Parts: sequence; C-alpha cells; structure tokens
Amino acid sequence: MARVATGNLIEIKGVDYWYTPRRSILSGIDMVIPRGKVVAIMGISGSGKTTLLRLIGAVMKARRGEVMVDGELVSRLDNSGVYRLRRRMGMLFQFGALFTDLSVFDNVAFQMREHTALPERMIRDLVFMKLNAVGLRGAHRLMPAELSGGMARRVALARAIALDPMLMMYDEPFTGLDPISLGVIRNLIRRLNDALGATSIVVTHDVQEALEIVDYVYYMSDGKIVAHGTPDELREMAEPLVHQFVYGEPDGPVPFQYPSKGYAEDLRLRAARG
Amino acid sequence: MTNDGVLRLGFAARFIALTLAHSGTSFVRFGLVIRELYFTGVLSLIIILVSGLFVGMVLGFQGFHTLQTYGSESALGVLVALSLVRELGPVVSALLFASRAGSAMTAEIGLMKATEQLSAMEMMAVDPISRVVAPRFWAGFISMPLLAAMFSAMGVFGGYLVGVVLIGVDEGSFWSQMQSAVDFREDILNGVIKSVVFGFAITWIALFEGYDAPPTAEGVSGATTRTVVTSSLAVLGLDFVLTSFMFRGI
Repeated sequence: MARVATGNLIEIKGVDYWYTPRRSILSGIDMVIPRGKVVAIMGISGSGKTTLLRLIGAVMKARRGEVMVDGELVSRLDNSGVYRLRRRMGMLFQFGALFTDLSVFDNVAFQMREHTALPERMIRDLVFMKLNAVGLRGAHRLMPAELSGGMARRVALARAIALDPMLMMYDEPFTGLDPISLGVIRNLIRRLNDALGATSIVVTHDVQEALEIVDYVYYMSDGKIVAHGTPDELREMAEPLVHQFVYGEPDGPVPFQYPSKGYAEDLRLRAARG
Repeated sequence: MTNDGVLRLGFAARFIALTLAHSGTSFVRFGLVIRELYFTGVLSLIIILVSGLFVGMVLGFQGFHTLQTYGSESALGVLVALSLVRELGPVVSALLFASRAGSAMTAEIGLMKATEQLSAMEMMAVDPISRVVAPRFWAGFISMPLLAAMFSAMGVFGGYLVGVVLIGVDEGSFWSQMQSAVDFREDILNGVIKSVVFGFAITWIALFEGYDAPPTAEGVSGATTRTVVTSSLAVLGLDFVLTSFMFRGI
C-alpha cells in the first residue's frame, strides 16, 4: 500500500462505532493528530475516549469512516499488518498492566526479546537506558508486586517505550497517583515525546495536569467531539460543557443527579401526607 | 440458556483450534513450556505422590480382606496393580490435577485478563494465545500422563507396604503374579491413553475458562470453580466412554 507522508500521523474521518446499532458509542468523529505533538482527548467517563484509542490501536475496527495511522488505513490491515503497526506503538494502560510473573527488568525487556534478535548484552544495556529514563534503574530486580502505584506506572512507561515507538498512547495515566508521582508521570510524558521524536495521545480527565503539557485538546461528550483547541483556547471557551469540565463545576450541562423520578415521589411524601 | 451453552462450546472449540494452530512458539522456544511444566507438573508432584501412596495402601488392605475370603491373597499384587494402572491412576490423578493445576491455570489467566496484562501483550504485538496459552497447554498435556504414571507407581509401592511388609503376603508371589498378569498393551497402554485424554480435556477446560472469565473478582472465582467442576465431570464421563471402547472385545 502506498504510504502518504503527511504532517499528520493520525487522521480520523467520519468515524462511527457502535456495539448495537441502537446504542452508538462514537459518531461522526473527525480528528487529526500531527506528528511530534502531544494531544489530549478529554471528556467525562463513558464519553468514548478509550474506544477511540482502541480504534487507533486496531483493537477494534470502525463501523463507518476511516482511521489512518502513518498513512495506512487501519481497517484494511490484516492480522500481520495490525501486529506490524502495533510494534511501532506504545501504550500505557491505566494501572500499568505489568506482567506480574516477570521482574521489572524482564518486563521492560519483553518486547525486545519477542520482536528483535538482539544479543542479551545489548538488551541489558537498552533496558537500563529505558529504566534510567524513568528513574528506576535501581529497581530492575524488583517484582511488580513490590512496586508502588507510581513506580509501576513508570516501569510500564519504560516498557512502552522499549522499541522507541512512533506513537505513544496513554490511557488515563494520572488516575490514582499521589501528587509527586503524578508530577513525575506528567513531565515524563512530555519529555519522552520530545526525546523520542514520537507523537503522543493522552486520554484523560485530569484537566489541569493535561493542559500543562499538551499541545492540543479534543473534548468529547457522548461519543462526539464537542470542542477542540489549544489548552489556552479551551480555558477561554464559553461552551458550557467544556467550561464545567475545565473548572470542575459539580452541576451544569452534566447534571449532578442521575436521571430519576421526582425526589418527593421517591421519599413518598404524598403517601405520608395522605 | 441452551443457546449460551452452545455458543460457549463453539468458542471453546475455536479456542483449542487456535491454541493448537499457534503452538509453533512453544516448540521453537521450549523454555516457555519447561517453565510451565515446573508450575503444573513439578509443583503437583507432592499431592500426587502422597495420594498415590495412600490409595495404594488402602487397596492393600481392602484387597487383602476380599482375597482372603477366597484364599487367594497371593493375587494381591495383581489386584493392586491392575486397579491402579487401568482406573485409579489415571482417574484419581486427573481429579487431583484438575483441582491443583487446572484451578491455578484458570485463576492465573483470568487475573492476567482482569489486570489488562493480556490486552497489554496484544498491544505489544505479541499474541497471548501463542505466548501465554499454548505453552501452558503443552505443559499440562505432557505432565498429566507422567503424573498418572507416578501415581500408579507410588500406589503399587503403597500396596506392597501394606500387603507384604505389614500383613505378610508372600513377596515373591506378590511381584511375580503382578508381572505375569499385567499386560503392557491391554493394561498399561490403555491407562496411558486415558491419562493423555484427561490431560488434554483438563488443560483445555482450565485455559478456556481463564481466558473467557469476566474480568472481575467474581468472574475469576466463578471460572475457577467451573474449571474444577467441569473438568472433574469431564474426566469421569470420558473415563466411562474410554473404558467402554477399551472393553469392546470382551
């Protein structure tokens, strides 16, 4: 297939996704992610962010529309094509997803051993370089069960960049971290992106953390992109949904209350009076 | 309910077909299988050997008691050996294997799924079926007949301890009658065939249940229970089918 070298690593055009036709997850998604940038996809839980990430990683295929990654139409790839593409992607899962039966060292070395024929001595050096980048060279002998949440996330990050991917995807990288670990991960995302010359997508709802490091933001709600712009543009945006989200207001277009019957009716006030 | 059952059976069939088709890695990198052989086989050894010894000793007592009535205690060796190699060895060791190794396999794979380790592997362009499932399958398949053989050997030794050492049955007739009455093809080979079939069934069930487990705590615990129940029933059912085929000439 002819590769189209454009300034965009990812181009998504008119993508729809649903599990059953009556319940749409994504509809009419248009998105471009330029090379070398860190782009955030934000939105409340259940807005379709992770699904979008899965479409880019070819875990699922779009029901309608096109997902192009590095000039290749993901939906046209066969199994080996998908695996070839994934070798150039790194993904950080929400809770790290480290292999619990392997040590920190073996976790980072995993992809190198699976996909390359590098001699063990070179793998050792590379693993130490990757661990050094996340500040955990000294922890290479530990097992995942011996790591704190923040450390596990950093090891997972070292594992994800093991083969110097062109695209890094982060699925909720800030969830459940203490402020120090959170700051470390936040800075690493930016630093690694620039050092590797990669492109990064950060799926998150931690607004303030993300707005500090990303170049561009897509804001999703209910399976649609409702706003996009630079972090500064987003902060100034009048769109009520975005405003409520960015400033963390408890009530607004996204209501505080889950849809229900009337409060009085639930408390049986009328019945009590009668 | 029935539809779901048929659907799952279909998934399980596809799963085993995929596992067999993706077994190349297991043979090229046999180290992966050896590692699993340690967890499924070596770590099951203690329970298998101890159980084998006790089953054999009980057979010694019961056998002697019954044979004594007919004045044929010297046939104790034959009774112990035939019961073990034809039936008890393959069946009891398979039941123990299902609860010791099968449940561990299901729980491990179910938890790997729940903690997104399998998804992470897939995103790293490594197929979990060939890297995680297939080596475990072959390890279970290889270790089951070996464990059954060790169970039977230990059981014969248990029968000897009780029959000859404790009760005082003549040692010469105990061993010589056993040697002349146990046929390699009819008895031992049929027992080995059974244990190979049981090993296949248990490992298949255990791996499929783990792979198919809902990624929650209840999901994994339910799958582990199902592995033990389903594979125990499968072993007993298959034992009947296999035995009836093996007896067809009688």
